[in-house]
Amino acid sequence: MSQTFLGMPSLPVFGEGNIHASEPFPAAARRELGNAQLRANLGHATHTIRDKRLKVVAELPDWEQLREAGSTIKQNVMARLPELLEQFEENFTARGGTIHWARDAAEANAIVAGLVRDQGADEVVKIKSMATQEIGLNEYLEEQGIAAFETDLAELIVQLDHDKPSHILVPAIHKNRTEVRDIFLREMPEVDPALTDEPAKLADAARTHLRRKFLTAKVAVSGANFALADSGTLAVVESEGNGRMCLTLPETLITVMGIEKLLPTWQDLEVFMQLLPRSSTGERMNPYTSLWTGVTPGDGPANVHLVLLDNGRSAALADEMGRSALHCIRCSACMNVCPVYERTGGHAYGSTYPGPIGAILSPLLTGIESEENSSLPYASSLCGACYDACPVKINIPDILVHLRGEDVDSKRGKRKLPTQMDAAMQAASWALSSGKRLGLAEKALPLGRLVAGPDRKITRLPGIAAGWTQSRDIPAPPSESFRAWWRKEHGKGPEHQGPDHGTGQDQGTGQDQEKGKP
Amino acid sequence: MRIALFATCIVDAMYPNAARATVSILERLGHDVIFPAGQACCGQMHVNSGYLKEAVPVVANHVRAFEEEEYDAVVAPSGSCVASVRHQHPMLARRCGDADLEARAAAVGARTYELSQLLVDVLGITDAGTQLGSWFPHRVTYHPSCHGMRLLRLGDRQQQLLGTVRGIDLAPLAEADQCCGFGGTFSMKNADVSSAMLADKTANIEATGASLCTGGDASCLMHIGGGLSRQGSPVGTLHFAEILASTEQDPAPVTGAVRLSSGRGSH
Amino acid sequence: MSARDEILGRVRSALRDAPAAPQPDRTYRRTSTMSEDARIELLVDRLVDYKAKVQVVGPDQVADRIADLLAGTGDCVVPAGFTAAWLPADNPETGPRIKTDGPESPLALAELDGADAVLTASAAAVAQTGTIILDGSPGQGRRAISLVPDRHICVVEAAGITELLPEALARLDGTRPITMISGPSATSDIELERVEGVHGPRNLEVVIVRSRRA
Repeated sequence: MSQTFLGMPSLPVFGEGNIHASEPFPAAARRELGNAQLRANLGHATHTIRDKRLKVVAELPDWEQLREAGSTIKQNVMARLPELLEQFEENFTARGGTIHWARDAAEANAIVAGLVRDQGADEVVKIKSMATQEIGLNEYLEEQGIAAFETDLAELIVQLDHDKPSHILVPAIHKNRTEVRDIFLREMPEVDPALTDEPAKLADAARTHLRRKFLTAKVAVSGANFALADSGTLAVVESEGNGRMCLTLPETLITVMGIEKLLPTWQDLEVFMQLLPRSSTGERMNPYTSLWTGVTPGDGPANVHLVLLDNGRSAALADEMGRSALHCIRCSACMNVCPVYERTGGHAYGSTYPGPIGAILSPLLTGIESEENSSLPYASSLCGACYDACPVKINIPDILVHLRGEDVDSKRGKRKLPTQMDAAMQAASWALSSGKRLGLAEKALPLGRLVAGPDRKITRLPGIAAGWTQSRDIPAPPSESFRAWWRKEHGKGPEHQGPDHGTGQDQGTGQDQEKGKP
Repeated sequence: MRIALFATCIVDAMYPNAARATVSILERLGHDVIFPAGQACCGQMHVNSGYLKEAVPVVANHVRAFEEEEYDAVVAPSGSCVASVRHQHPMLARRCGDADLEARAAAVGARTYELSQLLVDVLGITDAGTQLGSWFPHRVTYHPSCHGMRLLRLGDRQQQLLGTVRGIDLAPLAEADQCCGFGGTFSMKNADVSSAMLADKTANIEATGASLCTGGDASCLMHIGGGLSRQGSPVGTLHFAEILASTEQDPAPVTGAVRLSSGRGSH
Repeated sequence: MSARDEILGRVRSALRDAPAAPQPDRTYRRTSTMSEDARIELLVDRLVDYKAKVQVVGPDQVADRIADLLAGTGDCVVPAGFTAAWLPADNPETGPRIKTDGPESPLALAELDGADAVLTASAAAVAQTGTIILDGSPGQGRRAISLVPDRHICVVEAAGITELLPEALARLDGTRPITMISGPSATSDIELERVEGVHGPRNLEVVIVRSRRA
């Protein structure tokens, strides 16, 4: 029973579905790092798209102003989400569309299946949609005896191979052309047995395979990139034309979209249709964008449905420091510049949303304690490349740190004994919160020199620090710390605190004394 | 000017020569340098590891230590520490609901500079060779650390200064803007990915033919130097402060990977 | 409680800290002073880059050029309301055979699939990005007709060409069924090698019509 009608705020309700890491990231990463083909493909892909993006972004003298506007517009959307959702619903419905609300993945799946059955259909054609992947729609429909045919080339490849996507924009990036040809030869019934692995021929095989489906499909399922509240308009941004096919030809269209994908006005589209193509595929504009508002008699589907999906978004919204993760427009620019993603690929993150955005969005949707999602915020060196690339300026590094804090706090007091890390951090906090104590700790430096030995390096550290010495040496510590040297040279000590000391009488000799040292 | 030195914990304990070099440069320019003895650490390790509660006393101590002295500016030979002081300290205080600490932290941060920022923006140094007497006749490559580059927007300040050192042969580093893989506890918690990133960084460094890799963050240099040493590479690391401080009369020696990075005068 | 009420309740509850709802500073480029000639040149450059075929004609050359393009073609779909003066003569023997598609008499899907070409006008075009925009108005037709045939010949009048996207969008009625076309369909899904022509017309031919000079 919800507490809302009692006037009390309700607790966050988290999402479910394919938004979990089921194994800790370090273990998954270790495995993926060993896949040389994947690393080669990913390295090539990410570096190529990186360069393309930089080139087209450099063309625009107002790119930073666009980013700023995009960030502000999304901030506005989140702050006004309830009223914008109601406004959108009113406008979409007035134009003949039907809105359905889904609290979670299970509800969304049931709604879609019901709508398909209402049409007496047992198959649907699909345009790529991360939201439907998130909720596991295809698998659910299959259980209900409804076949869902992916029509994006990469999703088609992944589906035919019974695999999972590894990149939100280029999902089959982990497959090379020969692997794709083999998949087509194996799984496409009418394919030419002499099919080569030239990409052009492969695309042609896909065209033939899918065209029959497009021309006979009765029901299509899509996602949406944007929803405009002031008009009730939905937008799909694509490259191949399968989107246009699915959105236009069948009688019934069912769109599944997260509640955060709104924009307030038609005018806001002018910002996002510049930010998205340049950030995602590194093009000035993607080949096709379709915009539709409810039903247009004689043009497109007569039955138009939209399933609005919560599935943890309201929980993410409740996190004041994390809510800007919902600004994401799914461009994948962050993934393409991430040194971690580049080496591990998307599967290592487990979730439909991988890479930098996935490392924050997945735990925000599910709660930090869900499965192994607590390991995701640590899958980053905090280099900040993602923040620079994000078209809507989501401060991913700050949110990563915030979620690390949430993780540590969630574990406090739950363990009888502190972990090695807890103990080390507590000890370090004690030592590093006082100049006097740090100076004391530094007196142990000569011991480190003993350990380092004559070659002046330490090659093995114990416990959790062993990860360091896996591939790195540590230098022998110096014979004295800086502050010990300073104290010797300038006669000050931590016990003599106050604004009067330091008149510079010793400063002129500091350098001369250095010269004489061996 | 009266300049307070924030040595940073890793430099204080492991790379004291980077701090000594910083003092040397500033005194050469005629400024008074003081070392507020209460200082210890900026706290980024705790903050970045999620140990926010444990970070508070570290941050509070830092703010206190730099309130106890009078000075015109604080300088630190570390982009990541300055970024932490400016960006993380007020954020942490705000998160704990301590408005007083937040204001005081912001005040300290407003006068805290990374070394190249101070030299270029405040002290007007454009030519290290003529203005500092910098002399370092070696082939060197430069790694721009992430926090300095992206949080402080240091741009090419460090590289530009290095380029004006007399005798230096500055070799460009391929994919310079790629993270070296340190990331604090990331290097241990995700050691495999970190090592993979480090391998690419050290390969790019060795491809330059330089005998040294320099930069503005001792933590990155310790990471990179540690990797080079493990690979048996003769290439060493050296903080750029030591290169700027190096003169014809008193040159900084080049003696090899790990040994050097712990500072001269220590063997 | 309905799902709708519950979701809206959760969202309201999530926003109990009443965050600010700032208005964006629209300081990005929204207007342009580019001349018609420059806009046409830029659009041509972008279309060629996308591997669309493009030609620029004067207002009195349109009919002839279209007739050239369609000479010997079989079935050509044309939407109701297409400018009559530009329409080539219907030629059942040697082609083109003009098949009009209108709200009262829509062509069957099989006819669209069997057509060799479709000829439409356009609502607007953006030079900077090489984008042509159709909005379903008379002369442009419903979306299916410019999607199913393999060859799309599109007339773009200079007055409808803007330099920037914001300028073009400002002229449109957003509630119409809109298609933005920026070259033939493409995929880079296989090893990132760009391949043109997956679904949607593999041949896009654009006829740009200069404004009448006084």
